[in-house]
Order: sequence, then structure tokens, then C-alpha cells
Amino acid sequence: MQALRSVPRMRIHPLGDSALLAELGTRLDTALNTRAIALAAALKKRRDVRQAIAGYASVTVYFDPDQATHDSLAAAVKRLAGKRPPMAEPGRLHRIPVTYDGPDIEAVAAQLHLTPEKIVELHTAPIYRVFMVGFVPGWAYLGPLALELELPRRHVPRTQVPAGSVAIAGRQTGIYPLPTPGGWHLIGRTSVKLFLPDSDPPCLFRAGDRVKFFATNQ
Amino acid sequence: MLHVKEPGLFTTVQDLGRPNAINSGVQPGGAMDRFAHLAANLLVGNDPALATLECTFSGPHLVAEHACLVSITGADFDPHVNGAPVPAWTGIFLAAGDRLTFGARRSGARLYVAVAGGVQADRWLGSLSTNLLAARGGMHGRPLKAGDVLSVAGEPRKPAVSGRRVAERLRPDYADHTLCAIAGPHFKRLDPEGRRRLFEASYRVSRDADRMGYRLEGPPLLTSGEELLSFGLVLGAVQVPHGGQPILLMADHQTAGGYPVAAAVVTADLPIAAQLLPGDELRFTEVTVERADQMRRARAHALDSLRDA
Repeated sequence: MQALRSVPRMRIHPLGDSALLAELGTRLDTALNTRAIALAAALKKRRDVRQAIAGYASVTVYFDPDQATHDSLAAAVKRLAGKRPPMAEPGRLHRIPVTYDGPDIEAVAAQLHLTPEKIVELHTAPIYRVFMVGFVPGWAYLGPLALELELPRRHVPRTQVPAGSVAIAGRQTGIYPLPTPGGWHLIGRTSVKLFLPDSDPPCLFRAGDRVKFFATNQ
Repeated sequence: MLHVKEPGLFTTVQDLGRPNAINSGVQPGGAMDRFAHLAANLLVGNDPALATLECTFSGPHLVAEHACLVSITGADFDPHVNGAPVPAWTGIFLAAGDRLTFGARRSGARLYVAVAGGVQADRWLGSLSTNLLAARGGMHGRPLKAGDVLSVAGEPRKPAVSGRRVAERLRPDYADHTLCAIAGPHFKRLDPEGRRRLFEASYRVSRDADRMGYRLEGPPLLTSGEELLSFGLVLGAVQVPHGGQPILLMADHQTAGGYPVAAAVVTADLPIAAQLLPGDELRFTEVTVERADQMRRARAHALDSLRDA
């Protein structure tokens, strides 16, 4: 028997008639995220589950409404969430070269009362965690970012951000995989491809992976 | 084989989507009106997972190279074969050289064309549906253009017989723009006025409406509380961004987001949402999960006679 652990704050809500959202918590927290990823992996093995998406601290479950009901799935989620998650293996480590010449780096430095060199130092210091992959193909939410680099999003989002832009916002950092609109502060760029349409999965990063940036002049 | 003489305004190859790739941030995709897609396939004896053409706001001009069985479902764009009007929601034989054309849009937004054997298309991450962002799937990841040739993917699962039909009473009532919805995870973040408005007020589909989603215009829905951490989204979710003008997520929706989800449209009414046009008024009405389950089963049973045919 595996020990049952209490999940005091989990809430399960319907998302229409064939999906539900299980919220494990509301904090940006590595332990919560580890549990969300483990819960999603366990749910995906069920025949009545079509897809399970790990969020920062939640799992969105698409189920087959001909095989399961909200109530039966919610009970399964609670049971699986109470199990001790398997020992989390350290995610794969990606080393990403970045040229820190983004169009916003001077403005970010001015707003934070730091030098651009200090921005680079603070941004390259941690090993970030991939909390979630999603939003657009290949996008990964990385964090947590150093407190000294915390800034709200830009007031006016850009209508087009070039692919490969390295950006920060709040306690998060990320790399734009495709040219898309975006409201984050662009501090650098990388030539590493995050979206790999002809691979399966088509994405370099997976939830739970680790990412280390290093500065280059290229 | 069908030759594309004119593609129509925006015609893409679609199927039931690619849910397996959502964890890489790839939009689920697939036909916006799944009922019409499914009916079109069943009418020509196809497996429901085969690809159909989704024609937005106007129809294509297609010429059959060989005799084939086709069907037309969804929106009404006034279909013709060799200049003579033909019925929709039924199987139609085209002889070699026959021309399938469309007149003016009469109702709805999206029309589906199926061909017995299915439309041959690029498979990407388990689906034939077109993903424009990645330029993959369907017709080389792009809408159809004049000069394209559509091959038939294979033999139909059932003998191609014309005359199968979906009676009007079995189709969704596309003219009734009331969308049944289940209260969402963040419904309680709406202020009391917002909770009342969501299920009472009328909202208009703005010009900013495409396969990703529809921005709606109407009385604002105000939310409170701290920012949410991003989570996985679903087709039919009603997101409430800052400013309170809701967004209804459709087939090519972003896979994750952090805006509150006030409600989600039930599966049975997504086909009606798929046929809305900019300027259309809609209303959300609250239903229970149990009611939504009944509605979904009733919608599926409507096509039972075609499955058994």
C-alpha cells in the first residue's frame, strides 16, 4: 500500500461536459508543479482519459464522456493525487546560448536600476525549471526568475516578436518559438530552435526539464 | 480526384483534431462544426476521422475528374452541380466532369464537403487537420488555392450509395443562438453583476472572430482576485480577460492561458457556435453537467441511422 497524503486544497471544477480542471494550489511552487506533472502522467494512462495537461499547479483533463462522468473522473483524480508521486527524476538539462542585445534590455535595466551587465548576470545565474509547455507551439514557461528582475508585462504588447527572442515578465522567463504577438520584455535572442515541427514531440522542452542560459556574443 | 478551380474565401482540410500534441503547445485544431463534419463523412460512408473540407463564408468551385460520391453539410451556401441547385445534408453522385459550385451565403459560416474515401492530406502529429501557424497538416499546412488537386485517400468503409440523408429535425438548430454552458472554474471571480450578466445579457460576435476564438462585445464581466497561474484550456471555454469583454475559444485555441474561465459551452452546442458570424448576437444559458450529457447523447443519436446504414 502506498501511503496516502492529504491534498487539502485541491479543487476540481467542470470545464464543459468532457473536461475538468484539478487545481492543486495557487502558488508558483516547484513541489506543486512536480505533483501536477506526476498526476497528469498517471491520468494519461487511463483509458477514459484522452489528454491530461499539467499546468503550473493544476491538471486539465480531457475525458471520454462515453466512458466516464465528471464524478467518476473527479474521484479518480482525488485518488491518484493522494498517492505519493514517484521519485521525481531531475528533468533533462538544456544549455541555451543567448546574445543579450534585446531591444528592451536598456529599458529593463533603467526600470530596475541595474546595469545591462547585471541583468545578464542575474538571468544566467539560475537553473530554471520548465513549469509548463503551452500557449503556442513550443512555448515553455520557465522560472522562477530572480526577484531583482521582476517587472510587470509591457503596457502595449508588440504585434510581432521575432522567433528566438528571450524575454522576461513577472517571475518568469521564456523564449518565443515562433513570430507571434507578445507582451514580455525582450532582453536577448538565441538561435536554438524550440519548435521542431518535424519531430514528435515537436518541442525541445518538456514540463519538468531544466534550462540554463549562458551569454555569447554570436 | 477533384480539381480546385476556385478555393473559396478560406477553405481548409480538417478532421477531428490532434489532441495528442497539446502538451507541446500545438493547438488541437479540427473541424469547427464537428456535427457537420461527422454527418458529411457518414453520408458518404466514411469513417468519421477522415478529412473533409471546411469552407468559411463562401464555397469552392470543384470539378470531378472521376465519378464520386460527395456530401455537403453545415452552412448553406446555395450548392449547385452543373448550374442546377442540389440539396445539402445528403449524398450526391458527381459524374466525371461535373462541376460543384456555390452561390451566395444564405446562412451560417462554415460548410463541409466530404468525398467517399476521404480527402487525401498531409498527416502531422496524428491528424490531417490544417495548422496554419506551423504550416503543417492538411493541404501542406495552408488553405486551398486554385489549381490544387484533391485526391481520394482510399476506399470508403461502406458502399458509396447516394440518398442517405440527415433530416432537418435531426440537425442542430443553427438559427437559435442560445448557447448552453456550464459555469466554469472561475465563475465566482465574477462580481454579482457579472454573474447575472453572463447568463442573461446578449453578446455580439466581433470582427475579431476566427478559428482560434471569437472576441465578444457586450456588457463587461468584471473579475477580481489575484492573477491566475497558467493552466490548460478547452474548446468552448469563455475566457474573461482584463476589460471584461469575453472570448469564446474555438478549435485552434491557444492551449494554455491565465485568464479566468467563467463558463464553457457544452459539446452539443459547439456546432451552433461554429456557425456564428461577426455581428451575430448570442446568449449563454446555464445548464448542469447532467443536462449537457443528455444533450450530447441526443446529438450523437441523431446520426445513428447513418452509422447503421
